[in-house]
Amino acid sequence: MANSNLLEIKDLKTSFLTERGLVTAVDGVSFSIKPGETLGVVGESGCGKSVTAASIMRLLNKDSTIYEGEIIYKGKNLLKLSEKEMREIRGNEISIIFQDAMTSLNPVYTIGDQIAESLMIHRKLNKRQAYEEAIEMLRMTGIPAPEKRVHEYPHELSGGMRQRAMIAMALSCRPSLLIADEPTTALDVTIQAQILDLINDLKEELNMSVMMITHDLGVVAEVCTRVVVMYLGQVIEETDVESLFDQPLHPYTKGLLECIPQLEDDRSKRLFTIKGIVPSLDNVPKGCRFAQRCPYVDEQCMSESPDLKEVSQGHKVRCWNYDKISS
Amino acid sequence: MKAYIVTRILSLIPVLLVVAIVAFFLIHLTPGDPAAVMLGSQATPEEVEQLREQLGLNLPLYEQFANWFFGLLQGDFGWSIYYNRPVLTVFLEHLGPTLSLAVLAQAISMVLAIPMGISAARKRGTKIDQIFMALVMLGMAIPSFLMGLFLMQLFALKLKLFPVAGYEPLSSGLWNHLKFMILPATALGIIQTAIIARMTRSSMLDVLSANFIKTAYAKGVKEKIIVYKHALRNAAIPILTVLGQEFGTLIAGAVVTETVFNLPGIGQLVIHAIEKRDYAVIQGTILLAALSYLLVNLIVDLLYGIVDPRVRFGRK
Ligand SMILES: Nc1ncnc2c1ncn2[C@@H]1O[C@H](COP(=O)(O)OP(=O)(O)OP(=O)(O)O)[C@@H](O)[C@H]1O
Ligand SMILES: [Mg+2]
Repeated sequence: MANSNLLEIKDLKTSFLTERGLVTAVDGVSFSIKPGETLGVVGESGCGKSVTAASIMRLLNKDSTIYEGEIIYKGKNLLKLSEKEMREIRGNEISIIFQDAMTSLNPVYTIGDQIAESLMIHRKLNKRQAYEEAIEMLRMTGIPAPEKRVHEYPHELSGGMRQRAMIAMALSCRPSLLIADEPTTALDVTIQAQILDLINDLKEELNMSVMMITHDLGVVAEVCTRVVVMYLGQVIEETDVESLFDQPLHPYTKGLLECIPQLEDDRSKRLFTIKGIVPSLDNVPKGCRFAQRCPYVDEQCMSESPDLKEVSQGHKVRCWNYDKISS
Repeated sequence: MKAYIVTRILSLIPVLLVVAIVAFFLIHLTPGDPAAVMLGSQATPEEVEQLREQLGLNLPLYEQFANWFFGLLQGDFGWSIYYNRPVLTVFLEHLGPTLSLAVLAQAISMVLAIPMGISAARKRGTKIDQIFMALVMLGMAIPSFLMGLFLMQLFALKLKLFPVAGYEPLSSGLWNHLKFMILPATALGIIQTAIIARMTRSSMLDVLSANFIKTAYAKGVKEKIIVYKHALRNAAIPILTVLGQEFGTLIAGAVVTETVFNLPGIGQLVIHAIEKRDYAVIQGTILLAALSYLLVNLIVDLLYGIVDPRVRFGRK
């Protein structure tokens, strides 16, 4: 069972050396991704989603970042690979797309150059072959007239087109895992849906796994099979997508679900929000990290930190009182 | 593109016009009489008056200006009363040392400054970066003539690696030429180096934290290629801008450096012309210096378009 994982993160801890001292942005995160599945990673801004993603690819500043734990990809611990071995993984085995395609594409090179670059590095194609392949990739992502677009610069494309070009670039070497860090947040709603569909289709076509980072539970419902909920650098709940919506166990997850505006709601009613603010990373609470904001808090919550426990098949939660809280 | 270049060149005309007017009146309104200077203190007032008439200096100022200006329109920069040759000829005769000095100084500074600025940016906040910043401060604080005297003292007088001063043109052999140019070009290049290195560092710092750099890492691109291909081209615009702006500083520094190293360049020409009240030469040189400054900046602007496609498209 454990061997069937494409990626397995074990107790990952990512800390930054900053002027204010050591800041631990990701603190003991564990989860795994199976071949062909789409795992959602959700949580409020600043909970460590992007840092987790960047840790998988070791994209954070070498000099000021400390990784602990293990990230096992196809049996290899990525955190132990040499820089050269890691480069062979990046863009080839594991790819990432970011929220803002405009700033994530190099403005002074054509998108063709940028897609071809990966192909020339990893597949050792020459420039002409790489360009042909780049055109194919653009076609696959549904960009019209790809043989023309390939010679254009990022600023000549619309937002949706740019994100498609990013996807073409990320998938050009047929990775086994695509990390999508809020790929649709910067796009308007109709384009969002198209891009999500595209990622889903290509996932099937190329038979890859997707780690979908988002704070939009609508996105989760649409594309994910399993979900990891993060709060302040930790996983607080992990479950399949049905039970996430039907029987969330963690009070924070419940709060998140209640934040989604419903059509049938009375519009004069204020939107539900989780009270309080996320504590800062250099002031992490001693007990449960969510305790200060939790409506069900008790003494134990304030003093002891709960572990992530598997409470039923495939459903894990980090809460002392999950069984006492009725939904 | 062609249309753009033509418009840009046409737009230089009003600027040059203003420079011509200012140069002319500034010089003609400063005290001093070329005729008196030429004839020396022994001359009688009659002789001076006669020469003034001969040189057209007795005409009203506006008339003198008009004569000079219409000459300019026909490409005639006037006549040097001291060298007794056309101003343009005299200028071109003195251009060699100055051009060589400026080009070498610029080349030295770019070869040093760009890698230095890049390393400092990559190692920001470390000892290397701090040492770099200290050197930059030092480089900008030391005037080029002082640097010139220091280099001369050390490398020419003490170590005897180079001649102390003087000049041989390129036509007498590359090394013969360079051995006279290396010290002055270094002296002049150091300030330039400091300025460009500082700009390279800050521009690279901006670019290296950009998202597309993260994308390049995520594609598995080597760090060296990321820095020199992905980042440097994006950082190039501000660097080009200072190159253009500092061209004026370079020219001004060249004049001083020429004096220190006794190079027979434009700097010396101007100094002699001022001593001799050789008005036509001073005016012509100012105008040609302004023109070269404008042309360098025009080239810089055209380079923007080559470096950054967004500039190309934005200019329709
Ligand atoms: N290089 C860094 N140095 C110090 N702290 C950092 C660094 N990068 C991220 N952090 C901190 O780590 C925490 C997690 O950041 P992260 O970007 O992973 O959040 P996120 O969950 O992706 O949020 P968002 O939804 O806004 O993208 C934040 O508090 C952030 O300030
Ligand atoms: Mg993020």
